[in-house]
Formats: sequence, C-alpha cells, structure tokens
Amino acid sequence: MRKRYLALKVESEMPLGERDFIRTIWNSILQLFGEYGASQTNLYLIEFNPEDGYAILRCSHKVVDMVRAAIATITEINEKPVAIHVKRVSGTLKSLRKKISGRK
Amino acid sequence: MRKFVDLHLRPSINNLSQVEKMLKRSSDLGYGSVAMPLPPNIPREKLYRLKNICENVGVDLVTRIDFVPKTSTELLRNLRRFRRKFEITSVTCNSKGVARQAAKDRRVDLLAFSTGFPRKRFFDNAEAKLASRAEGALEIDMTALLFLYGFPRIRFLSSLRKEVAIAEKFKVPIVISSGATDASLLRGPYDYSALATLFELPIPLALRGLSENPLNIVERNRKKLSSGYVAPGLFVVRDVKHCLDV
Repeated sequence: MRKRYLALKVESEMPLGERDFIRTIWNSILQLFGEYGASQTNLYLIEFNPEDGYAILRCSHKVVDMVRAAIATITEINEKPVAIHVKRVSGTLKSLRKKISGRK
Repeated sequence: MRKFVDLHLRPSINNLSQVEKMLKRSSDLGYGSVAMPLPPNIPREKLYRLKNICENVGVDLVTRIDFVPKTSTELLRNLRRFRRKFEITSVTCNSKGVARQAAKDRRVDLLAFSTGFPRKRFFDNAEAKLASRAEGALEIDMTALLFLYGFPRIRFLSSLRKEVAIAEKFKVPIVISSGATDASLLRGPYDYSALATLFELPIPLALRGLSENPLNIVERNRKKLSSGYVAPGLFVVRDVKHCLDV
C-alpha cells in the first residue's frame, strides 16, 4: 500500500507529550470520520520533537485529505490552545526530510 | 504559483500587536492578501498604521466592511453611505428580506450567513439565482468548523453541503475565508481545502475559493474605485487636456 509522510508544525505555548499529541489526532479523526474512517488511515507517528514543535506522521495515500482535515480541526490539547499545520506532504521519508531541512 | 487570499481576518483593530501577530502568521501560512473588516468611520491615521504593518509583514491589505442590517432599507442606506470607502462589502444576512436584497445588489460582494443557526441560512435556489446575476459570492468562514463540536458541527456541515451544491448549480463563486479572531485559529490554504472536502467541495474548487475567486473580487473592486472608472467596461484612458497636447 502506498503511503504519505506529513511534516507537521505544532504551535503551542506549553511543551506537549508525544502520547497526548497522537491521542488528540486519533480523537479528532474518530470524531470527524468515525471508526470506519479511522481504520482506513493506517496512521503512525514516526517522529515527534516537542522542543522544535515538529512531527512526522505516516498515513495511507488515499486518506491524506481526511487526516489533514482532522489535524486542522485540532484547537487544543489538554485544554491548552494548539495549532497544528501540515508543512509538507511527501511520498518518502527521505524526500520529506530533504524538503523540510531547509525550512526549519 | 497561486496567490492565496484570506478575505476575513478578524483581529481586534485596537490591539495592534494582535493584528501584527495575525498578519505575520497569515504571511507564514502563504497568504499574499488579507482583508480585515474595518469600522465605517475608521480614522485615516489608523488605516495608514494598519497598511504600514501589512507592508512590513509583506501582505497586501484589502479594506472590507461588514454590514449586519436588520432590514433591507437599512442595508440600502449603509451601502449608499459606505460602499465607495471600502474595497470589499460583505453582508451578514439574518433575515430573508435582507438576504434577497443583498443577493440582487451589485454593490454587495460577499453574502455571509449565521454559523450557529442553520435556519438563518437563506442560501437557497432563489438566492443563488439572484447572486449569480449580480456577481455576488457566497462566503464560508472556516473557523466555525474548528470550534463547533458534535451535533452543531453536524448541522453546520449539512447546511454547507446543501449550499455548496446550490452554488455550483447556479455558478455562484464560493469564497473560503478564515474568519479567525486569533492567530491560533488560522490554518493554511491547503488545510482549508482539505477541510472543505467535509462539505463535498472538491479540492480544486476549494483552492479556487481561496485564490482566484477572492482575487477577482478584489481586482474588480479596485478597478471600480479607481479614478478612471466610469461604468462596467468603460474607463477613462486619457483626459481631454492630454489629448489636446498631442
């Protein structure tokens, strides 16, 4: 199955935990698309850097827009305001890292 | 490369640091032009200060006025008074009478509807037909999708789905705006286009609603407000003095 890698920029005043971060994304997907939709995403957190506020997610290529929409609706984590922006989408981890290395 | 436009940024105008923060964020997210609703009698100095901030940030400021009239007479009065002072005119339609008047008036650029009350969304076939003739556009604020939750969001998405289908049927341009009051509620154009798929607006059309459609409105109105404009399709190219010299 083809995959897509998403580079995310997390904007938050407080440092976030990896577990809270991925749980919030899953909850958002569940809320918007239900269990059936969530099962199609094959979501996996590859990397999370709370200091820089960067994360890399992997999902199925067919559901990139679903995942993107779910991520866009996140406004808070643990009752603290958060904004998550998708910076780049790529087909391979290597090219994603190459693309975002210049933007950090 | 596409130029993205956010026609509805709603910072508190009195809080210039917040305005700057939001404009910076908009610029970082890839917006080239931003419209802010301004009070009808905004002092010139304040407007210059806002324009300066925009220049520093690298964003083109589009002036906008929002009307929330109770009656169609009030709408007409406001349009007569303020239309030529602002580049974009938006009308929030809270009654059917206002909605119909706004849709058929060529001076109205954007038709906006209440987000919290689906029964106050009057964008039906008749409204779309009028708007299509008058070159009005349907404005969709995306912030509501971020803060609504559960059943209200379901109802909102359902209304939007119907409105988008009607707008496509009658070829009414759709404009997607942020409607954000805070920098944390701003999202990038591609994130908004992904969100638009929730109400069955295809991504290419959503991107058009974030770039070409708002840009066309801004360009059209700037032409209209320029000194050489006489009527649709009629411009002063050279004045009489200049012609006599030649």
